[in-house]
Amino acid sequence: MSAATRNGETAAEIAAAVRSGTRSAREVTDAYLGRIGAGEEAVHAFNLVTADAARARADEIDAMIADGHDPGPLAGVPIALKDNLCTRGVATTCSSRILAGWEPPYTATVVERVVAAGAVPLGKTNLDEFAMGSSTENSAFGPTRNPRDPSRVPGGSSGGSAAAVAAEFAPLALGSDTGGSIRQPAAFCGVVGVKPTYGTVSRYGLIAFASSLDQVGPFANTVTDAALLLDAIAGPDPLDSTSIRAEWNPVISAVDEGIEGLRVGVVTELLDGIDADVAARLSEAVDVLRAGGAKVGDASVPAAIHGLAAYYLIAPAEASSNLARYDGVRYGLRVDGVDVADMNAKTRGAGFGAEVKRRIMLGTYALSAGYYDAYYGQAQRVRTLVIRDFDAAYRDFDVLLTPTTPTTAFEFGDKTGDPLSMYLSDVCTIPTNLAGHPAISVPFGTGANGMPVGVQVLAPALGERAMFRAARALELGAP
Amino acid sequence: MSTREVSKAWEAVIGLEVHVELATATKLFCSCANEFGAEPNTNVCPVCLGLPGSLPVLNERVVEFALRLGEAFEFSVPAQSIFHRKNYFYPDMPKDYQVSQYDAPICVDGTLIVDGTAIGIERAHMEEDTGKSLHVGGSGRIHEADHSLVDYNRAGVPLMEIVSRPEMHSAEQARGYVSALRGVLGVIGVSDVKMEEGSMRVDANVSIRPVGSDELRTRVEVKNMNSLRSLGRAIDYEIARQIEMYETDERIVQETRHWDEDAGVTHGMRTKEGSEDYRYFPEPDLVPVAPDDSMRARARASIPELPAARRVRLVSEWGIADHEAAVLLAEPGLADYAEGAVAAGASGHDATNWSVGAVLGYLNENALAPQGLLLRPDGLAELIGLVSDGSLNRKLATDVLDEALRDGKRPKQIVEARGLAQVSDEGAVGALVDDVFAQNSDAVADWRGGDDKLKKKKRGFLMGEVIKASKGSADTAVLNRLLDEKLNG
Ligand SMILES: [Zn+2]
Repeated sequence: MSAATRNGETAAEIAAAVRSGTRSAREVTDAYLGRIGAGEEAVHAFNLVTADAARARADEIDAMIADGHDPGPLAGVPIALKDNLCTRGVATTCSSRILAGWEPPYTATVVERVVAAGAVPLGKTNLDEFAMGSSTENSAFGPTRNPRDPSRVPGGSSGGSAAAVAAEFAPLALGSDTGGSIRQPAAFCGVVGVKPTYGTVSRYGLIAFASSLDQVGPFANTVTDAALLLDAIAGPDPLDSTSIRAEWNPVISAVDEGIEGLRVGVVTELLDGIDADVAARLSEAVDVLRAGGAKVGDASVPAAIHGLAAYYLIAPAEASSNLARYDGVRYGLRVDGVDVADMNAKTRGAGFGAEVKRRIMLGTYALSAGYYDAYYGQAQRVRTLVIRDFDAAYRDFDVLLTPTTPTTAFEFGDKTGDPLSMYLSDVCTIPTNLAGHPAISVPFGTGANGMPVGVQVLAPALGERAMFRAARALELGAP
Repeated sequence: MSTREVSKAWEAVIGLEVHVELATATKLFCSCANEFGAEPNTNVCPVCLGLPGSLPVLNERVVEFALRLGEAFEFSVPAQSIFHRKNYFYPDMPKDYQVSQYDAPICVDGTLIVDGTAIGIERAHMEEDTGKSLHVGGSGRIHEADHSLVDYNRAGVPLMEIVSRPEMHSAEQARGYVSALRGVLGVIGVSDVKMEEGSMRVDANVSIRPVGSDELRTRVEVKNMNSLRSLGRAIDYEIARQIEMYETDERIVQETRHWDEDAGVTHGMRTKEGSEDYRYFPEPDLVPVAPDDSMRARARASIPELPAARRVRLVSEWGIADHEAAVLLAEPGLADYAEGAVAAGASGHDATNWSVGAVLGYLNENALAPQGLLLRPDGLAELIGLVSDGSLNRKLATDVLDEALRDGKRPKQIVEARGLAQVSDEGAVGALVDDVFAQNSDAVADWRGGDDKLKKKKRGFLMGEVIKASKGSADTAVLNRLLDEKLNG
């Protein structure tokens, strides 16, 4: 059974039908809004459903078709947006009380691009507050449930977007990935999730968690749909200085090129400590790739195991600075105090949740005079080593293979009391963020508890085409 | 020992940190207008307001300006420089961090010649300005205010911070440094360098040490000087205060002190316990600044003649005194004005005299810049021509210039309209003398019969009458000769 049939229609099929006039965008939008109406209460994928705006946008698409215009490659395809992407005049909260009620006066570049490609935004999806977390339990507005098993977390931080796609509330969604925030929930919910090469997708309008690691990317039910969405959002943006200046080389044309001769390395250092059922799926994935003509061998990225520690210094350090602006002065929550400093402190005390505060404290400490070299400085040196080790591995391999997560989706409350064990669920995804490389998580069978397992394909910077070829092969061969 | 004698045993050590607002059309990281005096919070956008999700994009023009500084002050400009974030909470700083350069600035190790002495400049770096707060109620300081209003128009305006080495030893030298710095920044066109409007802000680091020592003792940072004069006063005050402290065995603490212009003293500012930790780290939203060869070449080509070199040239080309050249160069645009007059035919000597005299006086009286004068340099040259060809005497020329400066009329026009042309024609002057002699025959008779003393007196009287009759326009050389001929004839 392929993922495409498991989840009903694909984004590619919807766009084709709308462009050819066999289905109206309005009809598609109403169908998805209907599904949200029926299932959202149990899942809580959304912070906000913008039904009226979605219908109006769908009508515009239909009018364009009627006028003989092509609305674009995502014509009439509903899409869910992670609620850390700015949308003009539409509340954007990062699932934080501190931004409750704030309506940005501008729209994120990625959102502009999907709309320009014909997509129909349905609303804003839930996340761990400011994208800090791996279960969406850190949302100020309550957790999202895993549509495959409501007693389990959807992963995080883009849990709402992953769940929206898994629950068929939307065929596509956008998330953001700082240490695995797209790939880990994609794996937990059994959908495809992509973290593109750092700099290929604009961060303008993505509310920052850790600027040097954050990257926006697609969720979809199929590898092809993910490619379609990635092609719509990737490419240079003059509003983001870290955006890669070269034109984007579309991946959609690579998806079905096959993997004959592709050199695939299994990262041995990231096999320690993963659950046996996940390990079993990974070895079946290797078989699938071999059967498709790939040359699979063992790869070594020794510094990868230190990635987690480096990440938990670099990301909080940047976050401590990025989140300083929520001070009650200009927008969002304000709690009055006796003077400005007191107002700042009271606002932040009341507005941020425990995990956000924990990371701000960690990051502030890591950057402090006298500790900078030992913590932030050292973490940056580890980051350099991670990149060096990946570079060495990519001399022998085109892509690398790892499990996306060490376990399948866990139950609510399992790890909330122990931040460190929660952090460990990102051990396989973090190294690519540190390196700025792309990675994709593809659903590949289920674990002992019946929950989805994800396998991850990694590639060097701008190696997305090879990555998508391998991902497509895994999708086709998945149990 | 008197205090005066003791004071001679101390030497001041002064370093200056100068913040200069760059005169780019737009801000450092966004396309908002960089202008002074707009309605509050009108030149703002998501970027300079630091709204969630916004990102900075470096204004290339600022880098160009920084490269001009690099050329003008002989800085070395490393292949790459980077921006850092300086983290601290303050309501007029929208992101609660300032994007600035820290340990990898764009300009390092430069020099400025101040009255013949080379003063080292440690570094110059790019950074963004903050907004402006208005605290309502209490003393006008943030801590006692009832409420505060913030104008973010200035937030994100590009600044260069220029940090001298602690190589100055008197208030006079510090003033000379700032005025030379201002001169250079003005001619390279990167700033309008107005201390009074805040486009140039100077902080002074002051310490003292025994004469002959080369140690650097605890320094005090003095802020809030808004003119060269107050800079000089504040430094002098601070030097005297520190000498007094050492001589009464009090300890100097490293602190920031606020200059109170009215009281003429510095006050310690309320300081937080321990020194502020800004948690600098490289700004991840920006890429390193790596000016390429063509940008560097463009900066090099854009540098006009700098004041120090120009001073030497004017002295040698025009034969004017060094101090005159210094006055010409101290007023931005005045040397250009004088050179304009020279280009239109005036001698350098005359152009300088008139420029540093009547023209500069008029500029100061009316708070104008030479660029704003209605009388253009060729008009000044015209006036100078009228004097040197004898058609206008010097005294009348001053009046004519005054009128020309005020309403922009050409000097020749004014001379004609007021009938001021100098009368040199012998026949005309002779006729005037004859008239005066006829109307004052007593005086002529007195002269003829008088002794030397009386002769001198009567001659002076007759001369005055002729000048009066000519309304001042009689050529005095011709008049003198004719008067003697006719009296003796
Ligand atoms: Zn702006």
